Amino acid sequence: MKRIYAREEYCVGCRLCEIFCVVGHSKSKDIIKTYKKEPDRPAPRVAVWEDGPLSFAFQCRHCDQPSCVEACITGALSKNEEGTVLCNEDKCVGCWTCITVCPFGAIQREEGEKKKIVKCNLCSGEPEPYCVSHCPNRAIVYEERGVE
Amino acid sequence: MGFSMLAPEYRVDRDKDRCIDCKVCVTQCPYDVHYFDEEEEKVFAREENCVNCHRCVVLCPTRALIIRKYPLEFRENSAWKDIDIRQLQKQAETGGILLSGMGNPKPLPVFWDKILLNASQVTNPSIDPLREPMELKTFLGRKPERLEIGCDGSLKTKISPQLELSAPVMFSAMSFGSISLNACRVLAEAAEQLGIYYNTGEGGLHQSLFKFADHTVVQVASGRFGVNSEYLKIGAGIEIKIGQGAKPGIGGHLPGEKVREEVAATRMIPLGTDAISPAPHHDIYSIEDLRQLIFALKEASDYEKPVSVKIAAVHNVAAIASGIARAGADIITIDGFRGGTGAAPTRIRDNVGIPIEFAISAVDNRLKEEGIRNQVSVVAAGSIRNSADIVKAVALGADAVYIGTAALLAMGCHLCRKCYMGKCSWGIATQQPHLVKRLNPEIGRERLVNLITGWKHEIKEILGGMGINAIDSLRGNRHMLRGVDLSSRELDILGIKAAGE
Repeated sequence: MKRIYAREEYCVGCRLCEIFCVVGHSKSKDIIKTYKKEPDRPAPRVAVWEDGPLSFAFQCRHCDQPSCVEACITGALSKNEEGTVLCNEDKCVGCWTCITVCPFGAIQREEGEKKKIVKCNLCSGEPEPYCVSHCPNRAIVYEERGVE
Repeated sequence: MGFSMLAPEYRVDRDKDRCIDCKVCVTQCPYDVHYFDEEEEKVFAREENCVNCHRCVVLCPTRALIIRKYPLEFRENSAWKDIDIRQLQKQAETGGILLSGMGNPKPLPVFWDKILLNASQVTNPSIDPLREPMELKTFLGRKPERLEIGCDGSLKTKISPQLELSAPVMFSAMSFGSISLNACRVLAEAAEQLGIYYNTGEGGLHQSLFKFADHTVVQVASGRFGVNSEYLKIGAGIEIKIGQGAKPGIGGHLPGEKVREEVAATRMIPLGTDAISPAPHHDIYSIEDLRQLIFALKEASDYEKPVSVKIAAVHNVAAIASGIARAGADIITIDGFRGGTGAAPTRIRDNVGIPIEFAISAVDNRLKEEGIRNQVSVVAAGSIRNSADIVKAVALGADAVYIGTAALLAMGCHLCRKCYMGKCSWGIATQQPHLVKRLNPEIGRERLVNLITGWKHEIKEILGGMGINAIDSLRGNRHMLRGVDLSSRELDILGIKAAGE
């Protein structure tokens, strides 16, 4: 399946991926409206990890055998036909089991009062995930690399 | 820094209706301009640090930033302009030599803009390059006096080694050290893809770039950094650097902080030591000495590579070029007074040397008068900005041109001219790992290849318009040029007629 890969050698640590991830999951999908007028705007599903000059964007790996899906107590997490691990928000009860079992730490809690998790959904419906299309240095790519 | 009399040079205008305080500007500014105030939860700017590199402007996701010239004005004075006062204030604070990066920005005339090109009308047909073949191929190197053809039609004359270019343009000498390895890589990959050459500058050749050696001109300069037998043998050509347009008569100085592991290994010098290139080559004090070095290098490379000698365009450039040709060089590279640099003393850069336009015609004339024009190719450098400049340079008598600044601009340089600070926000003139990675060589190469590809199309269009179908037919063809706004003396030196003549 097509996955998002980080190229840490070109990540400039600008965090535009995080900013546009929020825009991509916002109501308006307009950057200024999202940040100025949506107080309950979504949390970013991607995070830039940084240590000195090393930095890279990180989000859900959409594992072939996802522990989060196995561990989910309500069946909110599932892997669809394309292989994308998705969360059905209506079913998520915020037990955080998936957060504890994810070997990568790729799942976050939604910001604010909402007791739900947030995770990357590869921007379903978009030709390319927002983080990938808005990276200024091609440090995040969305491609098919076959079996790993 | 404590109290300073220097007012900021630039003002950072932040449109608060657009700014979302995302801190991209904060993470991207290597000059410590933007900062986030945790208490206020807002981004602010220390304007005095701004160098107007545009990194924040380009990356700002909401286009909230505009950098403007600081509006503070000194009392009007025609003799003491703002820049003069500021430079003096700076020197009064530091007691040092003023340093500058890139080429001379002074409002001296750009003679390219005073030269106009010809086109065919009615009596001689123009050529459509989309329908008819158009040749830009250029060979650099010594050309034979005559060709001898055997009875069977084979060529009997032995042709000296040549550089074969798909178009009359190459990437100027910029060393690994002055620019990042990623930037060197962009030049190397683009040169290979385009079928032209790049020049290593006096930085040696990094191991990872050996595979592009067929498109590399290796430079030997006064510090002899990175020069060894393999280096001389691996390149497609060798260049002896005598001078540079931005700083004629001056050597080079790569500060120790830029001499990190890879630079040190490539230059073959200890880690962290200043790499100082002396002003003269200490073994060259005459044309005869230069001849010795040229032939030493030819000997070392089995007479298989053309040897170029690069000089700055100075007052006696024609006589010097004649000497260089007679010393056995195959190519003479002349770098005009507007040529770029990573660092040069400001006063030298802004006041020494002559315009490349005059140097090309003076050298071309002199070599023709002496009947030795065929012995050398002439490469012009320093301030070639676009394809029309290349066409004009070739028509004035150059065989090809070098571009440095233009190539860097294609990669992302915004000409803020602070290369000497080593903090290039575009990842070009820096060795700091977190900045170097800002230049993704893949993107840089694409942009540079695009630029030259576009230029090639434009040169073909211009040639076609003149009714010429090969760049060789334009070389030294000054009938294709006319001058505007030039004195008759200037026209004479350029060897061109005034518009209307």
